[in-house]
Amino acid sequence: MLARFRALRSDLATVTAAGRDPFGVAFDAILSATEAILDGKRVLLLGTNNYLGLTFDQDCIDSAVAATMAQGTGTTGSRIANGTYGGHAALEQRLARFLGRRHAMVFTTGYQANLGTLSALAGRGDHLLLDADSHASIYDGAKLGNAQVTRFRHNDPDDLRRRLRLLADQPGEKLIVLEGIYSMLGDTAPLREMVEVKREAGAWLLVDEAHSLGVLGAHGRGLAEAEGVEADIDFVVGTFSKSLGAIGGFCAFDLDDFGALRVAARAYMFTASLPPSIVASVSQAIEAMEAQPQLRNILRRNGQRLHAGLAAAGFALGAMPSPIVSLPMPDRETAIRFWNQLLDAGVYTNLALGPATPGGKPLLRMSVSAALTPDQIDTAIAAFTQTGQRLGLIAAGMAAAE
Amino acid sequence: MSDEQLVLREITGALEELGKRTVPITLETSLLHDLSLDSVTALDFIMQLETRLDTIIPMDGMAEIETIGDLVGVLTRSTSKAA
Repeated sequence: MLARFRALRSDLATVTAAGRDPFGVAFDAILSATEAILDGKRVLLLGTNNYLGLTFDQDCIDSAVAATMAQGTGTTGSRIANGTYGGHAALEQRLARFLGRRHAMVFTTGYQANLGTLSALAGRGDHLLLDADSHASIYDGAKLGNAQVTRFRHNDPDDLRRRLRLLADQPGEKLIVLEGIYSMLGDTAPLREMVEVKREAGAWLLVDEAHSLGVLGAHGRGLAEAEGVEADIDFVVGTFSKSLGAIGGFCAFDLDDFGALRVAARAYMFTASLPPSIVASVSQAIEAMEAQPQLRNILRRNGQRLHAGLAAAGFALGAMPSPIVSLPMPDRETAIRFWNQLLDAGVYTNLALGPATPGGKPLLRMSVSAALTPDQIDTAIAAFTQTGQRLGLIAAGMAAAE
Repeated sequence: MSDEQLVLREITGALEELGKRTVPITLETSLLHDLSLDSVTALDFIMQLETRLDTIIPMDGMAEIETIGDLVGVLTRSTSKAA
């Protein structure tokens, strides 16, 4: 039964032979939004997606505890079969209000939000147009549905325009799917240009703000807010597992006649709904995100500090400064050694290998948090610099960040 | 030049551009086994061909592509539709 995984097993064995298993790191304890204990040693967490550091927010924790005490640990079923709790509906309304949309639908994970939304929205005879660097949940959502799926070049409005032109004579709705911030390189979509293409073609536009919610825009509503094009975005998808520090996902929109979506989206209908504790902590995290806009400024400064420090040390970095900082590696072996040596130095990052990365190229991926202090970032830069020098990726004299 | 020959020429050109023309290209050449194109590289390769031939291969049609011959067949059908 598992014979077809032989090549994958061999690949994983090669990866783990160089040290730890990068895909099976098991922390002894999580100390805070920025630190954990691994093998008895304190490590700095630089790969959490915990952008606003809200996982240890006292109000969020208190809300989750109170909800558990009042309503129990779980819902034990889907909202369709087992009913909606008051918190689910209130969270949907609160989220819609925050995003300036008429409605929101909450899913149990961000992955399921894309799975359910894309497969239900675009049906047989319709067309989905996906950016080539889309997250796996977008590809899987497209695969689960019956629409014709067309992939266009990453962040290339002209390629999207060309493909829409080729599809112009074909019947059916056209739904373009983009991400606010792309998770591997931290680059943003050229949203204004994409909106132009959408308008020209009379298509619909869905933006997944998973990594940009709470991060971009004056109020943290994401890239669409930052670019001033919210009115042109038909569907906003997002997650509660990053800036909002918990788990869950959503789709928000202005269409009124959407009730059927709840029974058409299989990833909504056939899964247990979020437990009261998560609904409560996420609701509280939205309040915190609104009440503390300074968190976004700290996050931005932290991203810039890390990016600038690594660039000064001589590293060639991918995208512009954002909360995601990715360091391209020359090859797979170097990436694995770099990741292990960083962890030995007390810094945890994400090792990203092909085919999960753009172009299949290996990366060390970091995501900063507003909870990181400047000293912690400098410690990380020093560890990167020493490791980079040891592995011959940067010259010894360039370590300005040390 | 027939549609098939034209498509085959574009395929060879695209492979050269990607630095993946590592073996003689025939209709039986396997994308995975002979050219070592993993799933993502194969998608990028097909995207390059779509641009060269100004056509679209829907993603659900890609599952059936294992050899260069399969690719020629799919592209020939899609370019004749586009024309």
